[in-house]
Amino acid sequence: MLKVALIGAGKMGISHLSILGAHPDVEIVGVCDTSKIVSDVLEKYSGFSCYTDYLKMVDTTKPDAVFVAVPTKFHYKMVKDLLDRNIHVFSEKPFCLNPTESNELFLLAKKKGLVNQVGYHNKFVGTFQEVKKLVKEGFIGEPQHFLGEAYGPVVIKKKSETWRSDPNEGGGCLMDYASHVIDLINDILSPINSCKGAMLKSIYSKQVDDAVYALVGIESGTTGVISVNWSDETYRKMSTSVTIIGSKGKIVSDANELKVYFKSDEHPKGYSKGWNVKYVTDLTEEVNFYLRGEEYSSQIDYFVKAVQGEVPNTVNTFESAWKTDLSISIIKNNSK
Amino acid sequence: MERILFGDNQFFAVNHISDEKSRAQAIKFKDDSAIIKVLDDAMAAGINTFMCTTHDRIANICDVIRDNPKKYKDFKIYPCMPYAHKYANAVTELGIVGTLKQYVPGNFFGSLFKGGVAYINKDFISIMELLVDAEMKMFKGINTPVIFLQNVITDLLLGLGMNELLIAFAKHVESKYNAEAGFITMNLPKLLSVLEEGGIKNPIICASINKVNFRMSGGKELYEEVLKQGRCRVIAMQVLGGGAIPPKEALEYVANLPNVESILFGASSKQNIQNTVETIKYHDNQRVLVE
Repeated sequence: MLKVALIGAGKMGISHLSILGAHPDVEIVGVCDTSKIVSDVLEKYSGFSCYTDYLKMVDTTKPDAVFVAVPTKFHYKMVKDLLDRNIHVFSEKPFCLNPTESNELFLLAKKKGLVNQVGYHNKFVGTFQEVKKLVKEGFIGEPQHFLGEAYGPVVIKKKSETWRSDPNEGGGCLMDYASHVIDLINDILSPINSCKGAMLKSIYSKQVDDAVYALVGIESGTTGVISVNWSDETYRKMSTSVTIIGSKGKIVSDANELKVYFKSDEHPKGYSKGWNVKYVTDLTEEVNFYLRGEEYSSQIDYFVKAVQGEVPNTVNTFESAWKTDLSISIIKNNSK
Repeated sequence: MERILFGDNQFFAVNHISDEKSRAQAIKFKDDSAIIKVLDDAMAAGINTFMCTTHDRIANICDVIRDNPKKYKDFKIYPCMPYAHKYANAVTELGIVGTLKQYVPGNFFGSLFKGGVAYINKDFISIMELLVDAEMKMFKGINTPVIFLQNVITDLLLGLGMNELLIAFAKHVESKYNAEAGFITMNLPKLLSVLEEGGIKNPIICASINKVNFRMSGGKELYEEVLKQGRCRVIAMQVLGGGAIPPKEALEYVANLPNVESILFGASSKQNIQNTVETIKYHDNQRVLVE
């Protein structure tokens, strides 16, 4: 059994905890949260040992791995403390407030040979995995243009402030929402390393951006558009999509549906010339425990297997999350 | 429970395979009258049970039902709570404690805070009961013989090992609403064991059951094995596997499974409703003939 602890039992933390709780190879040895009510409920009804001091928790419970699901501004210090204690780490996204911090953590994890993963769950979504495969294997030819989008109803009125509305804590649409799209583009094509112009707009929030519109370039030289708005109430929940236009075809995909057009007969097996539609249901492996999308269970399962040495630690590594932080900072700097 | 139950995903733009279809549905069912019309089509096809989430707009549908007692005298609603996105968005915005403050009715939570957090813990089951009561308000005067916990909550509690809360939900629903508790889940085999251990015999469980193994955690074979044992009253949902299986083939599979008491489906057109009902009836009749 792998001994796992959690720091931060908020929305993502509780979700991770439930999936970990149902995982046959995992024993939850401790949960750290500053909210007394959350700790009380978890202790009473789940029987977890709860702590308010994460160092005390890890020194007492000696976990093999820790999940960090606290506001981004705390990631750097906590993850560093954990790596220093030779503990494998799964961190929520976005990784750090700036790329200098994430780079240091990536190098430290690498030096120590510890398993490291960040919660960009879209990489475990069947449609996006297939998009990456189609692009990397050259089936749509040379990418000419891309569009990364995400829309959803997170902030749809002026309202009370939380850490997500504080730019110093990692809040705002660019950090919290657009980071998913940026990370996907970085992974499917190549990392965003230039920005020709960006607008960070506030719609309802006082201190942070609610929408991000940017013209960006990637390492390979291709350019594209990022368009993200978390104040769009026409969406029931977050909807993330990528469009990639290539010399041999075009892909339009969200988390549910992948549409791909091949200009010629050069297409992979199972596809044909012209438009093809694949659904996530055809591209998804069943999970052992389902909570809120296969990808949330799969990413945890992958991390657990990586710690057990059964899979390589190559998806959503600190290194890829550092590059995403770098892309975020490039966009941010160009919006000023 | 009736053999065929009518669902509500199509009314609220819930589509597991296409964001485009989901937008088309949001447009089609913008007005409540469009929902009522489809419900009437379902009734005309012989379906008298509407299984729906506690979405704000269901309150309007309940008003129509209450205003037409004669027309809807045999009509039943199976409420499924909570409407998870309402709470999920609130948690993102307000945090867990802030969300509870917003949704637990009355001064209960405020006074608990003043009294100190120490006994919130002890009263957590009361908080859960108050949340259930808040969700049930819109159904006052409507026949709700089965009340469901949505899968995201059922499965969250299941993973967290909060079995006591699952059992407490069942007890509350029974004592306060004289109704049976139902549980929606994507993890039927695991849930069933937990409910049985908690003393609930032959529970009502609504789970994803389909030919292509879609959202059947633990796998189709395990589900088929559990069904054979007849330890629970099963409602099969997502029988089309999120759209991956042609309807005829999908319904043939699920209609012929042992111990599936009801089949839940949603549709937006009269034609689709009639076709689905006829197909299920056809397979049921075939089965009776064989047996």
